[in-house]
Amino acid sequence: MNDPAAAVLAGLRELVEDLEFRHVAEWKKTHPGALAVGHLPVYVPRPLLEAQGCLPVAIFGGGDALDVVRGDSFFQSYICHLPRSTVELGLRGSFDALDAVVFPSTCDVIRNLSGMWKMLFPRQEAFYLDLPQDFSPELGGAFYAEELKRLAAVLEARGARPLTDDALEAAIERENERQALLDELAAIRRDEPWRLRASEAYLAARAGTLLDAQEHAATLRELIAKVQRRPGKPYDNARVLVVGSFCEQPPYGLVRTLEQSGCDIVDDDFQLGLRAVRGRIRVDCFGSPLEALVSAFLQQGTPTACRYIGKAAKGEHLLTQIRTAKADGVVFLAASFCDPALLDQPMLEKTLDDAGVPHTSVKFSENTGQFQPVREQAGAFGDSLKLWGTR
Amino acid sequence: MKEKSQLRQKKMIADHFRRLADATSNVVYTFVPGNLTELLGALGLLPVLPEINALQSGMRGKSAGYIAEAEKAGHSEDVCSYVKCDLGMSLKGNVGPTGERLPPPNALLLSYTGCFTFMKWFEILREQYKCPVTMLHVPYQADGTITPQMRKYVVDQLRREVVPALEKVAGRKLDESELARRLALSAQAENDLVAVWEAGKQKPSPVDGYFGGVYYVGPIFSAFRGTMEAAAYYSELRDEVEARAARGEGPMTPDGPMGPQRFRLVVEGPPCWTSFNDFWSMFSREGAVVVASTYTRVGGLYDQGFRHDPEHPFESLADYCLGCYTNHSLPARVGLLEKYIREYGADGFLINSVKSCNSFSVGQLQMMRVLEERTGVPGGFIESDLVDSRYFGKANISNRLQSFFQMIEARRARRSA
Repeated sequence: MNDPAAAVLAGLRELVEDLEFRHVAEWKKTHPGALAVGHLPVYVPRPLLEAQGCLPVAIFGGGDALDVVRGDSFFQSYICHLPRSTVELGLRGSFDALDAVVFPSTCDVIRNLSGMWKMLFPRQEAFYLDLPQDFSPELGGAFYAEELKRLAAVLEARGARPLTDDALEAAIERENERQALLDELAAIRRDEPWRLRASEAYLAARAGTLLDAQEHAATLRELIAKVQRRPGKPYDNARVLVVGSFCEQPPYGLVRTLEQSGCDIVDDDFQLGLRAVRGRIRVDCFGSPLEALVSAFLQQGTPTACRYIGKAAKGEHLLTQIRTAKADGVVFLAASFCDPALLDQPMLEKTLDDAGVPHTSVKFSENTGQFQPVREQAGAFGDSLKLWGTR
Repeated sequence: MKEKSQLRQKKMIADHFRRLADATSNVVYTFVPGNLTELLGALGLLPVLPEINALQSGMRGKSAGYIAEAEKAGHSEDVCSYVKCDLGMSLKGNVGPTGERLPPPNALLLSYTGCFTFMKWFEILREQYKCPVTMLHVPYQADGTITPQMRKYVVDQLRREVVPALEKVAGRKLDESELARRLALSAQAENDLVAVWEAGKQKPSPVDGYFGGVYYVGPIFSAFRGTMEAAAYYSELRDEVEARAARGEGPMTPDGPMGPQRFRLVVEGPPCWTSFNDFWSMFSREGAVVVASTYTRVGGLYDQGFRHDPEHPFESLADYCLGCYTNHSLPARVGLLEKYIREYGADGFLINSVKSCNSFSVGQLQMMRVLEERTGVPGGFIESDLVDSRYFGKANISNRLQSFFQMIEARRARRSA
């Protein structure tokens, strides 16, 4: 029997792998005067951009399909790979359709890249979005609200629609619908991983970072309906959680390799940027939708290596994720030279050791080409979970 | 022979570490950029600066062992060597640079200025020491200015969160008049320090603004800003520098008093601490004097007009934190370097790019291109690390420097031809 989801997945893959961002140029043709706004990963308030009529376009570098030549000449060897392929794409014109690029405060690399962008591509607006690391509404909340207003004003000056409460409320509602569908997709993968592989869920989520919430929701609905019709039966795989690659992305082949090594990836943080706020954004509890957006970031933000831990216990969120996903073990998959992920990792490993959760770790860069050692390591890890795990 | 100010500084540091070892007061660990030393001092708290301990360990040849210890404990070789050196030191008993044991922190003051790694560093220390952390989030000057919103955010955090948290650690209320007194002393020291920096504009320069400069900033970057000792130190240092300038003498180097100054350089980036004297000699033996550097501004850009202000204590603490060098955007950093190159009459600029510090290093290759275009002055680029000696290739760096000096000479010859 033919796979009912094959065509949708092929379309998603084509979108994700298009390094020319043709759909952005197409979108601009059908939305004359509207802005396309690129943003670096981890977190950017996409509903705000959509409320101003902009298309948010996440930038994840060039993956393993891009020869980086000029981009390499801007970065020393000990800096992660994402910025060099991002600069390469910029220099070869792949981002020409973008009117602005937002750089969220993720790490020193992305921060400095915002300044490089100002000098390299002065035609585009390079906006540094300083996300608060103080999570009290009166302090960090007030600061963040000002940052969002500043972003809205900059985009308006570039030709975007002015930000209105009605438009923002509607955009938040569309985002909530998209998130509910992503939750549904996550549940399928968690409960019936043979029905939707992690590599497929990855395409579904990542494609959404290039689409507006409404279009993404429609695609997700179609995909969910189709995977429900898939025949199949459980594999005897180990259930693992993969964490640490929330910015620079592993090559798609590496995700497939982990699966082929006998691991069901039942949850991950590959597309954390799209899932950086947990649960619905409640507009009805606040005086304005902007306040709701601010509060969601402060109170419902997903813990990540880029976000100050505050008073929380380190690794608490990871243990919750493990319990929710019924995972047997954790694979730390961090990009080489990714300071936030690599500095976080020993603390998280300690939490797992204390909780008796097995783990292993792999480093990659987006253009890693050798998967066999990973396959062997993950295969051995999966076997050990099945042989000596708690299942 | 050491000058009086050097002996004074040595005693100040020794006394500080003795106070720490005796645990006469509660101790707060904090970072150099955006430090709030006057506030800690006004509350009777003693600061410990892990970066300073790490660089001291590097200079004393201890960092390799400490880094190995941290890597054995699971820390990646990819990450900042300051962090690993500090962790290794604490895993080995937390014996400080003077050989005395450092007390564990009563609190961690995470002044999050210009470096994301700081945040992770103190999360790691929090796990280790199980002590409270106070976060001060300092926004980045991405557009090259301090906006009223940024200042208000920092001031509000100081008043509502940082001060109450530190008062709890100190067991007493903040005396704002004592804070103001200390800020006035800071401004006095800052005036003298700026005079020392600006002496680098003279020919010959009586100072080395990088290798010598890191000693000059020792007190003001560490535990002493806002103290009488620091004010006395900088007054004495200024007198010494002015006397040297009057005599037409250059700075002291590892090989003795500097001879004829053939090259005037501006340097961007931190030094390599594990081979500090070797590195310095590669310059001084060639007659290269560093007339200005950006590393010596990570703890405050005083020469661009900022002074701590006793009349506006919290606002000036906020502006200080916001204004540290690595909290500036890349275009602003290029602008500052360009200014130094022109104002200090430099005939070359050099970037020492360190593996550990993305805050400094990302974008430096582009900075070099832009600076060369704007100034026409040749730029050099070398790579090393802060305290990981595995990344200091002596022969390679020496060769590159030789080529760089030859390039300056060739340009000079072309101009005069």
